[in-house]
Amino acid sequence: MRFIDEYRDAEHARSLVRAIARATTRRWTLMEVCGGQTHTIVKYGLDRLLPPELELLHGPGCPVCVTPLEMVDRAHAIAARPDVIFCSFGDMLRVPGTRGDLLRHKAQGGDIRVVYSPLDAVKLAAATPGKRVVFFAIGFETTAPANAMAVWLARRDRIANFSLLVSHVLAPPAITSILQASGNRVQAFLGPGHVCAVMGTQDYEPIARRYRVPIVVTGFEPVDLLEGVLRAVRQLEAGTHTVENQYARVVREAGNAASRKLIDEVFEVCDRSWRGIGTLPASGLRLRPAYRDHDAEHLFEIAAVSAGEPRACISGQILRGEKKPTDCAAFGVACTPETPLGATMVSSEGACSAYYLYRGRDA
Amino acid sequence: MRDPPGCPVPAAGYDHIVLGHGSGGRLAADLLRRVFLPAFDGATLARLEDQATLPIAAGRLAFTTDAFVVRPLFFPGGDIGKLAVHGTINDLAVGGAVPRWLSAAFILEEGLPIADLRRVVASMREACGEAGVELVAGDTKVVERGKGDRVFITTSGIGTVAADRQLSIAGARPGDRLIVSGTLGDHGIAILAARGDLALDTVLASDTQPLADLCHAMLEACPSIRCMRDPTRGGLSSALHELAAASGVSVRIEEAALPVRDEVRGACELLGFDPLYIACEGRLVVAVPPGDADRLLAVMRAHPRAAGAAIVGELTAGHPGRVVLRTRIGGDRIVALLAGEQLPRIC
Repeated sequence: MRFIDEYRDAEHARSLVRAIARATTRRWTLMEVCGGQTHTIVKYGLDRLLPPELELLHGPGCPVCVTPLEMVDRAHAIAARPDVIFCSFGDMLRVPGTRGDLLRHKAQGGDIRVVYSPLDAVKLAAATPGKRVVFFAIGFETTAPANAMAVWLARRDRIANFSLLVSHVLAPPAITSILQASGNRVQAFLGPGHVCAVMGTQDYEPIARRYRVPIVVTGFEPVDLLEGVLRAVRQLEAGTHTVENQYARVVREAGNAASRKLIDEVFEVCDRSWRGIGTLPASGLRLRPAYRDHDAEHLFEIAAVSAGEPRACISGQILRGEKKPTDCAAFGVACTPETPLGATMVSSEGACSAYYLYRGRDA
Repeated sequence: MRDPPGCPVPAAGYDHIVLGHGSGGRLAADLLRRVFLPAFDGATLARLEDQATLPIAAGRLAFTTDAFVVRPLFFPGGDIGKLAVHGTINDLAVGGAVPRWLSAAFILEEGLPIADLRRVVASMREACGEAGVELVAGDTKVVERGKGDRVFITTSGIGTVAADRQLSIAGARPGDRLIVSGTLGDHGIAILAARGDLALDTVLASDTQPLADLCHAMLEACPSIRCMRDPTRGGLSSALHELAAASGVSVRIEEAALPVRDEVRGACELLGFDPLYIACEGRLVVAVPPGDADRLLAVMRAHPRAAGAAIVGELTAGHPGRVVLRTRIGGDRIVALLAGEQLPRIC
């Protein structure tokens, strides 16, 4: 299959592994930012093909994992209302809130639907005028354009019963917070390919300069990731720290201008709480005041219900790259995909789920 | 045709199912007479006894039951009626049985167009004819609108097993080769596309088909076959896990050897699904001693229902229940049992 098979080619991958081994003379610690990249690495066992000097840490780029508990609880409270049809991407359905997940709320009578695009939720709202249709708009810059388009269309077409519950996050502040943390070990990043497809690569230049870290914007197939690692190692060995674009078949330096314009029209930057990480300044997006009538946070009065996270769960440290899933005592014992304690075990992009799925309980 | 004036409930003339069709009275009899009996014209059913009385053959009987719910009812390559016949026949066939008799129970939702029911029944009749089984017993109930999803069908089946036939999910041994009979995941993706909410434009058809003739040909040519399964819900992964656990072996499969159509791979890439977990309705996975694998593969490929057969892996000792996949680029990974349903990913 074109655009897939050539990036999963065994011979190409082996030659990259050999080149990485030749280029590596010292110990280096790299972080892949995206959960999708983590999954490819674990699914194909790429980390086990690398020389022992190289360590890959798994980053915070799992949109489902970092959606804060209080926002998940808010979503559940809205979804439980009889006048609401609550729409979500499939991944979010199994994320545990304080009182179970959306699948449980659905079984108890909530009208909860998986949609493949937020535009489907807008269509549903137009076709169901007696109901309030709420779409759970989570994710990084990657999902922001489609969510922005949905609310923009709803406003233009006066679909008053459509709203967004927004919990968008931004990648650069997360990378910065990892670099600022005391005890940070990350020396180079494999940058978020799909985020950069939307936003471009310019925002990463000041980070690379200021913290003197190479950032290689990287794709999601095995060959992409091995190429990203090779380029990052070459920079580390040479002592350079620039932004490189490995994923040039998708990412342009300026990103996607139309998408950026739409995001800017609909959203504004705000402080945002990240599950397991805490509140980061200017790290999220919320709807601009002009879109207040479509803002579920504004439309629904929801009392705070959140309790704390389960104590055994170390997903915060995993999302910050401080620990690996196998460092957790609950991994594969109290915490499995059937009974997840934290979002990193739930999401198809979470590091714990990747380890459990592809390496088993004895990972 | 009109009922005589004065009749309080006109028996005929409805073009949708109404609650009265489940009443056990005149409307129910009318439905039986107009829809079911003309389709299933076997002598046993036509006697309309409360039970079918069947001759006992030598050897053993195999007996199985399965319930069918699917949305939409009609999809490229099949419909709920075909699934209901094929599913039960195939469960018998993989045990080495010759399927003989079926029963079918229908739960109909008030408001179902009778034309749709006729289509389903006609399709079941055709499927029974193709597989050489006779439908000998049936029942119909009607539930209020909103209490069902148009049609639910439960079929049970009886087959006869030759005395010397011993197939068991627990019978596989280390060293056995694994053969699948064709492409994986066609049914699941065809259903997903037919629901229409994916904007997937594909010509992909379900793989639903009866496997009894194929199983018979395979067992005749290769009596050393240890066990067979038809991977349905949960896909190949679930079938392999059941086999590995029951036989106390581990399974090794090669990603590059798995037959998967480009349409299925493409849809899976798009949605974040894994073809190993996508449902089939007309495929087999077989464990066979290594010395017989190539011969069995040739027999299967020569059969129209298994032209795409391929050897995909083998069984090894140790780690009972474990399924490991060798990826295209040479790394190993566990194939986990699906936790819940596969949910499309966010991005």
